[in-house]
Amino acid sequence: MNGLLSVENLQTEFHTEEGRAVAVDGVSFTIAEGSSTALVGESGCGKSVTAMSIMRLIQSPPGYIRGGRVMFDGRDLLSLGEAEMRAVRGNDIAMIFQEPMTSLNPVLTIGYQIAEALRVHRSLGKREAWEAAVRMLELVEIPDPAERVATYPHQLSGGMRQRVMIAMALSCDPRLLIADEPTTALDVTIQAQILELMEALREKTGMALLLITHDLGVVAEHCEQVLVMYAGRVVEQGAVADVFAAPAHPYTRGLLRSLPRLGGSGKRLATIPGMVPPLDRLPSGCRFRDRCESAEAACAASDPQLQECGSGRTMACPLWCELGSLAATESRP
Amino acid sequence: MSTWQRLRSNRLALSGGIVVALLAFVALFAPWLAPYDPGEFNAAEVLQGLSRQHPLGTDGIGRDVLSRMIYGSRISLLVGFVSVGIASFIGVTLGALAGYFRGIVDTVIMRFVDVMLTFPTFFLILAVIAYLDATIWNIMVVIGVTSWMGVCRLVRAELLSLREREFMIAAEGLGMSPLRVILRHGLPNAMAPVFVAFILGVAGAILTESALSFLGIGVQPPTPSWGNILTEGKDTLEVAWWLSVCPGLAILITVLGYNLLGEGLRDVLDPRLKSR
Repeated sequence: MNGLLSVENLQTEFHTEEGRAVAVDGVSFTIAEGSSTALVGESGCGKSVTAMSIMRLIQSPPGYIRGGRVMFDGRDLLSLGEAEMRAVRGNDIAMIFQEPMTSLNPVLTIGYQIAEALRVHRSLGKREAWEAAVRMLELVEIPDPAERVATYPHQLSGGMRQRVMIAMALSCDPRLLIADEPTTALDVTIQAQILELMEALREKTGMALLLITHDLGVVAEHCEQVLVMYAGRVVEQGAVADVFAAPAHPYTRGLLRSLPRLGGSGKRLATIPGMVPPLDRLPSGCRFRDRCESAEAACAASDPQLQECGSGRTMACPLWCELGSLAATESRP
Repeated sequence: MSTWQRLRSNRLALSGGIVVALLAFVALFAPWLAPYDPGEFNAAEVLQGLSRQHPLGTDGIGRDVLSRMIYGSRISLLVGFVSVGIASFIGVTLGALAGYFRGIVDTVIMRFVDVMLTFPTFFLILAVIAYLDATIWNIMVVIGVTSWMGVCRLVRAELLSLREREFMIAAEGLGMSPLRVILRHGLPNAMAPVFVAFILGVAGAILTESALSFLGIGVQPPTPSWGNILTEGKDTLEVAWWLSVCPGLAILITVLGYNLLGEGLRDVLDPRLKSR
């Protein structure tokens, strides 16, 4: 499949005083035009670094993209010059960050900040851009856009600010929106509103969405494809319905099992023992081996690669591949 | 409380601000305020004491001291603002580049700052003035290019921390050029400490100019400056105390005013002290 964005064997590492830490180690995936993909995993598994690598916003030093390709619309973003890359950022690919409180510049009006992208990418005049900013605020359903456009970020609530961030990101009609935990800092009712808004806007504009989250409920509700990352690798990839119905990789199963269930038995939630190992102390063989309930002696010997298992699904655990595909077919009528 | 209200409730800052405002008024309207032409001399009225005609007396060649003091305030203000303006421009530019780009740019600029700081500034100024003409413009430039290092370090530190803030990364993520990110998003958020440093810097520059003029290598007579009025005064201290005391007091009060205003602004603009 030739998608809008195709990441091939991406490798990003950080040079620290303790040595090299490979935060993203050979990640590959494809995002189709207009689709929505979720990137899930625990904190520190490389989700954000993957997103920042696609945008080429990795701080260097200490971070370096060491290998791979990021094909976007037929061009390898990693081989673009700085100026060419700037023309992509905000214009073709836009990004929303986690903290709406700190992602807006406190000394500029929100109107200026939305208009700025348009002035840079579309070379609109001050006035046109300002009017476009008002329309963008209307699009993200902020009441009284004509008045709100001249307010400063501190005058808005968290949910409103995240709407403004979305307006900024969407102002130039990007074809891909990367949202890095866009709702983590918001309270639950606002979270739902923001996600619904993003969903509606995606349908309206036909952009593709890469949603980084650790909220599996959000994934189930809003995404078509899911990528599960663990310790810098994609360990499972597939359609959300398939993966959630029959998770194949032990890590995915662990993640899904640790979700609270409505009408649950009141027992303690299941957890995955241990933590993501530090990147400079990964176990030999399978990286998940130490925490895996079905680990065998063989797991220490070889580093499992992603392999096809089932329809359109890939997974990096040889033990469970067959069982997973089996379960997937069973779960379908 | 707004910044303005906090500033008003800070009594020292307020008195500093009043002094500064008064001085600016005097300097601006010098031609209307001065009772005499500052260069006009009258051999019949040499070294006269305080009187109704000459509220601050006259100097060695019969010029009105009050008028000279009033015109001298223009020099002080001009030197203060222009030289600190030059220093701030250099310091902010280099500091922003160093803080934003880090790496080799940072290393080169900051080592240059270190080198500049090893020079005893005043003697560097003396040496440069010895080669150049001691015009007021040269003095302002020389004070400016020897006093930007503090601002540079300040701005660098601000940008180092600002560049990690999400809105800076978000601006980059929207495709803004480094120049735009620095000018539009970085520097406006770093201005508070620069502003304080500017006000305090003016006090320093006024002192330096006075010192240079006092030593006779600053503003050249007959242009009146507080420093060279003071020089003339020191020779006649026993017979005409007002000739030394007036410019001395003027320098003292001015520098004190700027320092109080600067310190007050620092308290007011520092977010950590806001809750008080």
